[in-house]
Amino acid sequence: MEPLALYIHWPFCLAKCPYCDFNSHVRDRIDQARFAAALRRELAWEAARLGRRRLGSIFFGGGTPSLMEPATVAALIDDAVRWFDPVAGMEITLEANPTSVEAERFAGFRAAGVNRVSVGVQSLDPAALGFLGRQHSADQAVAALELARRVFPRVSFDLIYARPGQTEAAWRAELRTALALAADHLSLYQLTIEPGTKFATLAARGEIVLPEGDAAAALYEATAEEAGTFGLAPYEVSNYARPGAESRHNLSYWRYEDYAGIGPGAHGRVTVDGALRATRRHRAPEVWAELVERHGHGTVEETPVVPAEAAREALLMGLRLGEGVDAARFARRTGMALDAALDLAMVEAAVDAGYLVREPGRLAATDAGRLRLDALLAAIVA
Amino acid sequence: MTDTPIENIRNFAIIAHIDHGKSTLADRLIQTTGALSAREMTNQVLDSMDLERERGITIKAQTVRLSYRAKNGQTYELNLMDTPGHVDFAYEVSRSLAACEGSLLVVDASQGVEAQTLANVYQAIEAGHEIVPVLNKVDLPAAEPERVRQQIEDVIGLDASDALMISAKTGLNIEGVLEALVHRLPPPKGDPAAPLKALLVDSWYDPYLGVVILVRVKDGRLKRGQKIRMMSTGAAHLVEQVGVFSPKMIPTEDLGPGEIGFITAAIKTVADCNVGDTLTDDRAPAAEALPGFKPSVPVVWCGLYPVDADDFEKLRDSLGKLRLNDASFHYDPETSAALGFGFRCGFLGLLHLEIIQERLSREFDLDLIATAPSVVYRVHRTNGEVAELHNPADMPDGSVIDHIEEPWIKATIMVPDDYLGAILQLCNDRRGEQVDLTYVGNRAMAVYRLPLNEVVFDFYDRLKSVSRGYASFDYAMDGYAPGELVRISILVNNDPVDALSFIAHRAVAEARGRSICAKLKELIPRQLFKIAIQAAIGGRVIARETLSALSKDVTAKCYGGDISRKRKLLEKQKEGKKRMRQFGKVEIPQSAFLAALKMDA
Ligand SMILES: Nc1nc2c(ncn2[C@@H]2O[C@H](COP(=O)(O)OP(=O)(O)OP(=O)(O)O)[C@@H](O)[C@H]2O)c(=O)[nH]1
Ligand SMILES: C[S@@+](CC[C@H](N)C(=O)[O-])C[C@H]1O[C@@H](n2cnc3c(N)ncnc32)[C@H](O)[C@@H]1O
Ligand code: SF4
Ligand SMILES: [Mg+2]
Repeated sequence: MEPLALYIHWPFCLAKCPYCDFNSHVRDRIDQARFAAALRRELAWEAARLGRRRLGSIFFGGGTPSLMEPATVAALIDDAVRWFDPVAGMEITLEANPTSVEAERFAGFRAAGVNRVSVGVQSLDPAALGFLGRQHSADQAVAALELARRVFPRVSFDLIYARPGQTEAAWRAELRTALALAADHLSLYQLTIEPGTKFATLAARGEIVLPEGDAAAALYEATAEEAGTFGLAPYEVSNYARPGAESRHNLSYWRYEDYAGIGPGAHGRVTVDGALRATRRHRAPEVWAELVERHGHGTVEETPVVPAEAAREALLMGLRLGEGVDAARFARRTGMALDAALDLAMVEAAVDAGYLVREPGRLAATDAGRLRLDALLAAIVA
Repeated sequence: MTDTPIENIRNFAIIAHIDHGKSTLADRLIQTTGALSAREMTNQVLDSMDLERERGITIKAQTVRLSYRAKNGQTYELNLMDTPGHVDFAYEVSRSLAACEGSLLVVDASQGVEAQTLANVYQAIEAGHEIVPVLNKVDLPAAEPERVRQQIEDVIGLDASDALMISAKTGLNIEGVLEALVHRLPPPKGDPAAPLKALLVDSWYDPYLGVVILVRVKDGRLKRGQKIRMMSTGAAHLVEQVGVFSPKMIPTEDLGPGEIGFITAAIKTVADCNVGDTLTDDRAPAAEALPGFKPSVPVVWCGLYPVDADDFEKLRDSLGKLRLNDASFHYDPETSAALGFGFRCGFLGLLHLEIIQERLSREFDLDLIATAPSVVYRVHRTNGEVAELHNPADMPDGSVIDHIEEPWIKATIMVPDDYLGAILQLCNDRRGEQVDLTYVGNRAMAVYRLPLNEVVFDFYDRLKSVSRGYASFDYAMDGYAPGELVRISILVNNDPVDALSFIAHRAVAEARGRSICAKLKELIPRQLFKIAIQAAIGGRVIARETLSALSKDVTAKCYGGDISRKRKLLEKQKEGKKRMRQFGKVEIPQSAFLAALKMDA
């Protein structure tokens, strides 16, 4: 079996960003000890039922996991390494917000075993940071990055673009500045209006209007071009890396491998007794903690994933990657032949249109195909 | 049943041109007689369908019984029928008129006599009605009641010296209307002892009550528990409920001569119920039926197909139920190469078509595709055979056609002088032939003969736009005449879409072809693949447009937590696609089929 990817969710932030629909909550006081204990207990429960397996990566996501006590991170990593068999040089990533970065904490996370950070820079433009409701300045973000580069072997950061009124020229300039900060990995997301966020309300009232259609496509293409000149390749729709610096953990999602999700609102896809199951934990932090305290885990839903569903999930994730979908792995993983999961006439049309490439044993989207992946999937999935 | 003697019953229809205030007047009459409490009142309370309220027009005629204590101290039973003004719903008006002895002719005092005023008043005269002219909206600064009164006399030839000046909006002189109803309209006639004869005026399907029938009793009595017979089919049914509209449904013991009300009778077979039929007593039947109604003749036809082919039976059932409530609409099964099984449906006009489509989707939860509307052509083959052509897709090969005839209409257009030039231009562009042009004051009345297929699609919209809403229009069928007609096929990615093909005069065919291609390019959303849209006559392509592929459509971030959500979204999208018709790789939204045909060429 392929190694397991382990996701650990920390659900708290200092403030709620107006665009964000992640499971993040703002609290006056956080009972660090309680949540640390609950996370450890749930990890132990999950490990016990999954059995001893190889562990390929750990990812502390959020929320703002850089608000965790380094000791908690250390304990969780120690536990994971105890319950599972880590692969050599296992990737351990932690998401960090520039606001919560202090040199000591970074050192603490490093000492705990974290070897990769993903910093939520979001923008280098002060006005844009204000618009995005961020709690940090551009200078703070740059300082956090510089510190991260000194402390961690691998550093990535996130930017949000295609903001209202953002021109292609302005974005290219901002991106170039960012690329000069010399990370080996970048996540560059076009701003998305997520339902239920403050931005959704503003957008519904017409108070914010995002670049769409041709304009959004041009921004996307400019992004790949700029990243390319700095040696970063788009290995996924929104992720750019120097060859070899791809996020091992996130690749597990896109390759549709097993991943366990621990913590409030975390999702998982795990093989239990040879069958693939989808798991979901309670979203509310305190309710989740209580469930864990009572039952050892905060699972609210665990359902088998039938082959047709697994096939759709593997396709919608796999075609996000430049490498595409490997037919043999696909069949093994989903229990369904790749061709059986596809509308082959549509696939052929998409190949003709330059959206897909089909090589023996592999199906991948081209750059043009990835730019239209949602429509492409709706067309080709059987 | 009421204790009201027949002399104290008045049955009347409110007729007028569109928007002249019929339904608002009905509100005031309902309110003044206390049929509804203030809390129950809304504007145009009788326009109860959502569609009527949204569009601000009456689509279905409605009946209410009012009880009015007149100044002479007597109490009268007034049966009011509010009718629609739009020409497409004229069949509602004609049936209502048959149930009444008199009409209130409402004329907007700021607008004057319009085309539908004339059309409706002539119908009322033909029905033998006593007519009371009512000048409405005198509250408006632009109202010219004296001029309009004169116009009624000059144009219609009706004595308007006693016309009532009212404002349905402010309630001015509503009492005057009620008194006029009592004193100027005749009571109905009828013999309570004679065998039952009741006219089936309207019917509809109620999910709780089943089929509900609106009747006007002419002779005899209609009672709960009575066994009645439909004279045209012989079908017999036991009457379960009898009642009147207040406008709420109020049960009564029976209905006597001159009364208007409803019955329910556990009628399962919708086909047993035909408007215009006569209901009689099964044991003591009347010797002969009432004259009934002239069947309506549809002028526009289109195909209606379920978006989801599995809904065909549901569509059949729904059409049956809807037809109960709208006898002016016709349907027959048909099949299409692109769309599978559906129905060819006939309507009184394009608004009628739109409304039926809307009602099917709202009241019966059906997603439908309507094909390009067409009039009925007569195809004369070289072998002498003549056949009616309802569907452009069925047009035979040119080599076997000797000639084709198309339907013509006689249109009456009333328009202020200032816009006459634009109207005449419009009529000429549509191959019109002037029959007559007269003036009434500063209003012109133009009578034109026009090919129906030039009128059906967007003539009315154009007429309104070139006259800034001031022109009004009415028409009647006026025979067939040969025309140089060709079929224009629409090809999407080189595949002909039979549901979009249409017939046009040779002189305008190319322009129409170009305009429909351009329209479709606007109406079809950009898709994954680029789309070629072509128009062709025979094998010859006369127009072409290319719709480029959509430029970007991808979720920016997608991690472990998003997978289930994304999969469900994808599944919903696939489900949605099933509900949209695919033509090869192209999805054409249903709105495109009708909208593409509305054009200015
Ligand atoms: N100022 C003024 N407006 C009026 C009066 N009567 C009706 N209206 C307005 O005229 C418009 C049309 O009124 P309706 O009562 O719906 O007209 P209708 O004749 O029933 O219309 P259709 O059923 O569609 O033919 C509405 O906006 C009314 O508020 C009136 O006496 N004065
Ligand atoms: C788990 S989130 C946040 C991590 C961290 N708490 C932060 O804010 O820096 C990961 C990334 O998703 C991106 N993101 C979140 N919401 C987004 C949205 N509505 N549109 C585009 N990108 C978004 C942001 O770049 C963010 O850094
Ligand atoms: S974007 Fe990051 S910091 Fe902002 S609310 Fe979301 S998870 Fe928290
Ligand atoms: Mg009305």
